[in-house]
Amino acid sequence: MNVLEATGDAAIRGLGYIGGLTIQFWSGLCASPRVLPIIGKHGRWRAAVRQMAVIGVDALPMVGIMSVCAGFILAMQTGAELRRFGALQYVMDVIAVGFTRELGPLLTAFVVGGRSGSAFSAEIGTMVVTSEIDALRTMALDPIEFVLAPKYLATMITVPCLTIMSNAFGILAGAGFMYISTKITPAMYLRYIFNSMELRDVVTGMLKSLVFAAIIVNVGCLEGFRTRGGPDAVGRSATSAVVWSTFLVILADVFFTAIFYLLHQV
Amino acid sequence: MADPMISIDSLTVQYGDHRVLDGVSLDVQPGEVMALLGGSGSGKTTMLRHIIGLERPTSGTVRIRGVDINRCSPKELKDIRCTMGVAFQECALFNSMSIEENVSLPLRELTTLADPVIEIMTYMKLVAVGLGQAAKQMPQELSGGMKKRAAVARATALDPEILVFDEPSAGLDPIVAAGLDEVILALKRAFHMTILVVTHELASAFRVADRLAMLYKGSLIAVDSKDAFQKSTHLRIRQFLDRVPDPIAESTAVRDRFLELAGMAGGRK
Repeated sequence: MNVLEATGDAAIRGLGYIGGLTIQFWSGLCASPRVLPIIGKHGRWRAAVRQMAVIGVDALPMVGIMSVCAGFILAMQTGAELRRFGALQYVMDVIAVGFTRELGPLLTAFVVGGRSGSAFSAEIGTMVVTSEIDALRTMALDPIEFVLAPKYLATMITVPCLTIMSNAFGILAGAGFMYISTKITPAMYLRYIFNSMELRDVVTGMLKSLVFAAIIVNVGCLEGFRTRGGPDAVGRSATSAVVWSTFLVILADVFFTAIFYLLHQV
Repeated sequence: MADPMISIDSLTVQYGDHRVLDGVSLDVQPGEVMALLGGSGSGKTTMLRHIIGLERPTSGTVRIRGVDINRCSPKELKDIRCTMGVAFQECALFNSMSIEENVSLPLRELTTLADPVIEIMTYMKLVAVGLGQAAKQMPQELSGGMKKRAAVARATALDPEILVFDEPSAGLDPIVAAGLDEVILALKRAFHMTILVVTHELASAFRVADRLAMLYKGSLIAVDSKDAFQKSTHLRIRQFLDRVPDPIAESTAVRDRFLELAGMAGGRK
């Protein structure tokens, strides 16, 4: 295969992948109302709540620890530089803006992508290789509605919630640093944080977290549905889900940050 | 003769250059048990996947109760699938659900029956396959034979008109396999179901089937009654019935490969 053929082949496969993601995203969106309580189908909401517990509650300790660590690191690194200029108080601005706009959504996406994205892929991949997905189809049940939609809804709800928790943990870690280094009380720190934080920062962070959630659940499920072969293929799908979701999350982050930056300039 | 329940006409399936099924035609009559025989790689499972509408053929038609399942509307396909039960070779039970939940799933999803009625019906289906005591167990806690029977119970949950089995006896000891054959016969007697059994287990096929069809390299080489099948003089059928192995070492492909390895390429093209 020459370079031109290899490039063409990669481009076709890439487009096929994006096409698959788009179709699945739309199908998942259409099937989501059937998971909602009261108006949805019997038992679907319960399945979504179970997923929320796994995706959200079980991930909270990991998100919390990572956010506290990242908050400390950010505070110490910026503090070390800003102290030289006598501008240590700006550490609080950096933490407030850095976490709400960027670090909170990104750290949460990495944790959920690593934990749940790979789990979605492994679960659905196993269902494919053991003919469970075929069984659903022969029972006239839609795998998108039955398997994907509860995960879809659960991820779209829990990832923004986890992002809020991540923001809170990161900001509180900054409070710890500021108290140790400058004896600023937590109450004063929080007052300063709320003053320096704008609603726009929180909204853009939440929008990003929604997009990241959509990427994680779609990539995880698509990798699962595309699994072909035996148990080794399930492992490959899980790895692929983490790699692709991390890559696409970073790509989406660059894209949205650029858009928000340009909008802010206007 | 009544209209066939399953009608396959000139079914051709090709993946790239490889033709898996080559113009296969077969009718299965209402209430009939048809066993689809064939060696490994003969195209049995591919044919089954097309009959149950999991894949689209390259050409040809598959009609269930007169409806072409590849050209019908999604609503029609759903209606057809509600009248079909499929027991997969791997059982395909949902591991996150108990046996009872697996069997009740189609009833909960596709009917408007009240919960107590669903519970009674589920228990009836499980008792019919001898799994009344295993209702609360998870699939991973069951033996191979019990899993197969649970898959049959789930396939019959909606009292389908057509029941399809993919290798029901595969991996089972003769006693358990015989038990499963009895379950199939009991279902036929009790509910007058049209049953298609895809298998390569001769004893099982001759026990349960009214007619047998044999696939060889993607083509149907015989569709006949049990007696006619047993008396057949067709070379391949005799080889299959008499368990005569293929002369692998003498095949052209093997000989050519040996010549190639020995540096004498250009044996036969």
